[in-house]
Amino acid sequence: MTAVLELDTAGKVYPGPPRVTALADIDLVIEPGELAAVVGPSGSGKSTLLNLMGALDLPTSGAVRVDGVDLATLSDGELSGLRAHRIGFVFQDFFLIEGIDATANVAEALIYRGVPRRERLAAATEALARVGLGHRLDHRPDQLSGGERQRVAIARALVGDPGIVFADEPTGNLDTATSAEIADLLVELNAAGSTIVVITHDAEVASRFPRIVTLRDGRVVSDGAPA
Amino acid sequence: MRSPDLRSPDLKSSVRTADLVGLGARGLTARPARAVLTAVGIAIGIAAIVAVIGISASGRADLIRTLDRLGTNLLRVTPGSGILGGGTEVPEEARVMAARIGPVESATQVTSVDATVRRNDLIGELETGGIGVFAARTDLVDELSTDLATGRFIDAATEQVPAVVLGEVAAERLGITDLDPRPRVFIGGTWFTVIGVLDEMPLHPDLERAALIGYPVAVELFDTSQSPTTLYVRADPDSLNDVAEVIPATVNPQQPDAVEVTRPADALLARRAADQALTGLLIGLGAVALLVAGVAIANIMVMSVLERRTEIGVRRALGATRGHIRMQFLVESMLLALIGGVAGTLLGSAITIAFAANRGLTLDVPPAGIAASIGVALLVGALAGLYPARRAARTPPAEAVRK
Repeated sequence: MTAVLELDTAGKVYPGPPRVTALADIDLVIEPGELAAVVGPSGSGKSTLLNLMGALDLPTSGAVRVDGVDLATLSDGELSGLRAHRIGFVFQDFFLIEGIDATANVAEALIYRGVPRRERLAAATEALARVGLGHRLDHRPDQLSGGERQRVAIARALVGDPGIVFADEPTGNLDTATSAEIADLLVELNAAGSTIVVITHDAEVASRFPRIVTLRDGRVVSDGAPA
Repeated sequence: MRSPDLRSPDLKSSVRTADLVGLGARGLTARPARAVLTAVGIAIGIAAIVAVIGISASGRADLIRTLDRLGTNLLRVTPGSGILGGGTEVPEEARVMAARIGPVESATQVTSVDATVRRNDLIGELETGGIGVFAARTDLVDELSTDLATGRFIDAATEQVPAVVLGEVAAERLGITDLDPRPRVFIGGTWFTVIGVLDEMPLHPDLERAALIGYPVAVELFDTSQSPTTLYVRADPDSLNDVAEVIPATVNPQQPDAVEVTRPADALLARRAADQALTGLLIGLGAVALLVAGVAIANIMVMSVLERRTEIGVRRALGATRGHIRMQFLVESMLLALIGGVAGTLLGSAITIAFAANRGLTLDVPPAGIAASIGVALLVGALAGLYPARRAARTPPAEAVRK
């Protein structure tokens, strides 16, 4: 069975100065249908790991493979195509586009697949319903609460059913109750078939996930089911 | 397990053209005030250029009509003004001789009359108001392709009697505005009835300041000779230069050097050349305005790229290629310039229309000029957007999505 995503002794060194080894010799496999949390203190390399897994950046040593293909061998256009079709992102600060409504924000993810506008909006409407925002379709980001904005961002990552969704501290800017709701939503979406990797330093959120990868100083120190 | 090749065309990142334009436009609609202020520069530059081209073309259309009407094949010959002045006696048959030259189609003449014109007999003989009195042949008006503002020209009957036709300026200076009741002027001791006033004659300022009477009455009252003061010769346009060559010896065999041959149309063409130099200068100023506007656009776009760093990062994460990001900002810059270009074209056309209406010119806003102006605006936008767009495309996605 081919892995969705595989890191093979992947490392990332920022040449600096100062020279920083953000990640060293990471071996990690994400199987289809998984729901995993990556935890660790600030500076442990979580965000760098997410950048490598999400094809936003390339490792300085080792390899990142998607479906067995080394990402270092792909051109900018092919990497972009991979992100457009196979990868969804959720950011801590949501990064929604101000001035356009929730549907248009979600539909934006399909622009780079060349999907016609009408089909984009239909898919966006459906994705917003899946995250429980069917009643907020024409609200602009500044008219939504933090939890609602993060749901829009999650819908944007899910629309078009990418192979895998990465969420970078999706609950970092939300209160405890809202964080629990977002965590529940991610579990629910995983149950419905999405492969999801969540970076978080919220132990409460991580504990709901079947697999926890713990990073420290750029290395994996534990990987398995929650204690 | 599905495992499509990551290089397959199914996984290509692509943007529809309509969306590319939409993305570029959204950058402008998100900050409308900024877009308008930036477009103003382009609008001013384009308006200046369109107005200059339009006004100049309208002026040219008018000039060509004037030349067509007055004719460019007319030569004005003064056979005897001479260096010593008045000393040269030109043969009375000069006009007939000139008319015999092959390519000459027709010739007419006027002769200076030794008399002054006054409004009445109470005004001093020396107060002529700069108006000359000439004997004119009855075909003068037709030969010069001009017309009368009012009344009739001298004909076979009225050339025998004390009747006078005034040039436009002469009529004004003598205070004659209409011919009813019949005004009279005092010429060399005789009352002459004014029977007509000539139109403006831009090519013949001397005739605008003249009082014209018939040859028979001039001979009878003032002993005027048939020897021409000025000859007007119309010739085949292709042979005009040849005619000008041989005329001096034909009309004044004794003193060909004293003969002066000019083409009245040349004066208009010279004025036209001066206008063109000014037009060039104004277009240059418009080009400088466009250059400054282009720099302003580049400046605003660089700022926009810096401000929208996270948007660029998010778009890259959503699957935009470097090329898509570059095109988005390039399209934005070109749209900005296009808005300015269209506004400037409208403004410049409005200025041209107002100017032409005010000056009574024939309106002529050349479509090619308008198309070129809009093309220039787009080019300025593209050049101004080049650097900011490249800069946007180089933004590393991983860093751009960090706070």
